[in-house]
Amino acid sequence: MINQTVKNLFFKEFASYFKTPLGYVFLVIFLFGIGYLTFEPGRGSFFYMREASMTSFFKYIPWMFLFLIPAVSMRLWSEERKSGTVELLLTMPVTVKQAVLAKFFASWAFIGLALLGTFPMIITVTYLGKPDYGVIFLGYLASFLIAGSLLAVGGFFSALTKNQVISFILTVCVSFLLLMAGSPPILDFISSFSPKYVVDLFESLSVLNHFDSIERGVFSLSNIWFFSVMISFWLFGNIILLDENKAN
Amino acid sequence: MLEVRSLSKKFGDFQAVNDVSFTLKKGEVLGFLGPNGAGKSTTMKMITGFLEPTSGDATICGKSVQVEPLSARKDLGYVPENAPLYEDMYVREFLYFIAKMREVFNDKIEEAINKVIKMCSLENVEYQKLETLSKGYKRRVSLAQSLIHDPKVLILDEPTDGLDPNQKHDVRELIKELAKEKCILISTHILEEVEEVCDRCIIIGEGEKLFEGTPAELKSKSAKGRIQDVFRAITKGEHLEGVAI
Repeated sequence: MINQTVKNLFFKEFASYFKTPLGYVFLVIFLFGIGYLTFEPGRGSFFYMREASMTSFFKYIPWMFLFLIPAVSMRLWSEERKSGTVELLLTMPVTVKQAVLAKFFASWAFIGLALLGTFPMIITVTYLGKPDYGVIFLGYLASFLIAGSLLAVGGFFSALTKNQVISFILTVCVSFLLLMAGSPPILDFISSFSPKYVVDLFESLSVLNHFDSIERGVFSLSNIWFFSVMISFWLFGNIILLDENKAN
Repeated sequence: MLEVRSLSKKFGDFQAVNDVSFTLKKGEVLGFLGPNGAGKSTTMKMITGFLEPTSGDATICGKSVQVEPLSARKDLGYVPENAPLYEDMYVREFLYFIAKMREVFNDKIEEAINKVIKMCSLENVEYQKLETLSKGYKRRVSLAQSLIHDPKVLILDEPTDGLDPNQKHDVRELIKELAKEKCILISTHILEEVEEVCDRCIIIGEGEKLFEGTPAELKSKSAKGRIQDVFRAITKGEHLEGVAI
């Protein structure tokens, strides 16, 4: 499935993060922000918990991603459409599907790199005690998967509009809904007018619940399945949107 | 080499292109003329496969753009309107990327890049970032990217738009040179260009083909030999003195 065209486009896209300040600004804000939130002297902070684990670190990851990932994904297609380069790209021997996958994986790899940049956290907890590396690994896996889901959502909204700001706002809103889908205020609100199975459905859509369960070390196939379906669904929508643009 | 069969495109209720057909052989340059908004770019986008036609089809070297889009595009070089480029890349890097995407063999890429850089006179800017280039150079980089895989069919959407007279001259000379080996479809609204580089021309207005013939035939319709009078008479349907259409 991964052919030469996808690879070429992937590398070009990945490199493009470091050609503009975007990549560096993202890395600096992400690393600084997550570091601050983790050690921030508030409730549930690293010191307050008094244990050599990264729980307080992973707890803030979804919230950092909520604002930072749409900033990465908003340009994926909006910029190409606005500058007209999409015409250049899609008249080359490349299918829409290949282009969508290459761009998505390049952005995902970029976020992966940002997560790798948090390695001093692991050194810190190792220095302080005996952390459970399995749980840390799962925490990173969950973070990477949640990043993929939000990027797929962002890619979809980026293909929807030429305007990057609109794409950013829509992605933040939908990502927030997906994160919060399992939270009591939203579920209470839904249950006030919907039958139980709609509430259950909504609850099962919660990205945060799945994230939490992997991050706590409960690794199940259903979680992986959830994230795969989530990512595929939005990427598929992305492909359909671009194909639809072709017809209009 | 290029065959266009009754291409039509509707955007909602608006008929942008209506039943346009023509063929183009090797060694020919076809000028695509028409006022702004006549459907020139839409037709070209359909030929390149970027837009899906409402009906009709185009074949490039015998391959249908609709049925086998990927292999049809391999023989195609395209300069889109306004020559969009990935502005954060460097000239050479951009050409390298396009060559890779166009499946030029690895050991031939360097040669291909040097060749198009020379053809399009980009030697002075080959290590510059695209966003720092002037409009003229950007056009030429766009032309260079369309030539890198030595395609048989070239589609150029207003390639000389916004260039200074010297640059226009250079691009026209290049097109004439390329025409020996390829078939070229070029859209323009500069009438002298048609006389200078095109073997044939098509005039479209409001999405319909209104005229097809050689530039000499077009000129002969005016008693004064003024091609712009004929163009006006055809596209606006006006009656002009000394013009018989």
